[in-house]
Amino acid sequence: MSIEFQSVSKRFGSTQALNQVSLTLEEGHIYGLLGNNGAGKTTLLSILTDRLRPDSGHVLVDGESVRNNDEALGKLFLVGEQNFFPDDMKVKRAFQVAESFYPDFDLNRAMELAKEFGLPLKKKITSLSTGYASIFRLVLGLSVNTPYILFDEPVLGLDAQNRDLFYRLLIEKYSQDPCTILISTHLIAEVEHIIDHTIILREGKVLRDAPTEELMEDTYALSGPAGMVDQYAEGKNILSCHTLGGLKTVSIQGQPEEEPPLGLEINRMSLQDYFISLQEAEERKEEGQ
Amino acid sequence: MPFQGEKPIFLQLAEQLEEGILSGTYPEGSQVPSITEYATTYKINPATANKGINLLVSAGLLYKKRGIGMFVAEGAQAALQKKRSEAFYQDYVKKLVREAQNLGLDLDQLTELIQRGYYDVH
Repeated sequence: MSIEFQSVSKRFGSTQALNQVSLTLEEGHIYGLLGNNGAGKTTLLSILTDRLRPDSGHVLVDGESVRNNDEALGKLFLVGEQNFFPDDMKVKRAFQVAESFYPDFDLNRAMELAKEFGLPLKKKITSLSTGYASIFRLVLGLSVNTPYILFDEPVLGLDAQNRDLFYRLLIEKYSQDPCTILISTHLIAEVEHIIDHTIILREGKVLRDAPTEELMEDTYALSGPAGMVDQYAEGKNILSCHTLGGLKTVSIQGQPEEEPPLGLEINRMSLQDYFISLQEAEERKEEGQ
Repeated sequence: MPFQGEKPIFLQLAEQLEEGILSGTYPEGSQVPSITEYATTYKINPATANKGINLLVSAGLLYKKRGIGMFVAEGAQAALQKKRSEAFYQDYVKKLVREAQNLGLDLDQLTELIQRGYYDVH
C-alpha cells in the first residue's frame, strides 16, 4: 500500500514545475510536504489526483496508475482550494453528495464535526466566508475515510482556535484509523511535531525526503563569539550563518561532536529554522554557479 | 505547547510523565492518559507519544493492561527518585558549574551562592 511518484516531470512554458520527482509515500504515516511558493507542491498534488498530466513519469496508487483510473483515484481525497460542488449547493446537501461518491464517507461524523466547528449546514457553499469555506473542506477530509487524505494548505484563513481544533481532530482520526495523510503547508511550526516524515521541494526537485526525527537529528545550531564559532565550524557543512554584534550563529548539517568548547552553545533546531537554513544554503549554491 | 528546547519531544513527554509519577499526580497503580490523549492534547504524532511512553514501559515504571490502558507500576516512585538524583547531577549540577565557570566564579563563590539559594527557597 503506497503512493509512488516515478520520475515525474512537468513544465509550464519556461518554468520547470517538477523535475524528475521520485517519491514513495508509505501507508500509515503523516507526511509533510514543504516548499516555498513555486516549489511544485500544488503541481505534485494535481498530478497525483489526475487533474494535471505529467510531461513524463508515472504516479501509482497501490501499484496502479492514476491516469483515468477511477478506482485508484477513489482511494485519494484532496482537500484543496477547488470545490467540485455546484455553486448553489448547501453544506448539508454537499455532505450527502460526498457520501454517494465515497462509500466510506461518514455522514454522521461530518455532521458532528460541522457542529464542533460551528459550520452552518443550511448555508450555500459559495456564501461561506474564507474561514468557513476552509472548514467545510476540512470536514469533508476528516469524514471521507479514503486510505489517502491529502491536505493542500488546510488551515488557510482559519483562526488560531479552529486551527488548533483541526490538528487535534486530525490526530484523533489518525489514531483511531491509521490512514496515510499528506499535509502541504507553509505553516511549518504548526505541523512540525505532527508530521513523522518530511518532504522538502525546491524548484521542482526533492531537496529532502526523510523521517522528521532523522532530519532533525542531523542538524544543529551553534552560537557564540564569532571567532570561536568560525574555528569550531571550519570544515563542517554550514547551511546558514547570522551575526548579531559579535555573536554568531551558524546552522550546520551533521551531528555535533560531544561537548563544545566553553563559550559555545549547541542547540537543536526547529524544523522551520532548518527549512529556512536549507533554502539559504541552496540560494548560495545557485549564486555561486 | 509545553514542549520546547533542545530535547526531542518523546524524551520531553517521558520526563513529564516521570514528573507526574514523582509528584504523585499519577500514584502507583493508577491509570495514565492514553497515547491518543497525549497525541491529541499536545498535537504530536501518536508514534512520538508511543515512543515516549514506551521508555517508561521498558524501564518498568509503567505496565500495559491489554485493552484497558497503561498503569503506574509498584515501586515506580522510589525507582524514579533514585534515577532522578543521578540525573540531577548530570542535568543540573554540571550545567550550573559550567555556567559558573563562564561567569568566572570560583568554587568558593559558587558554594556561597548555592548556600544562599538553599536558604532562600522554602
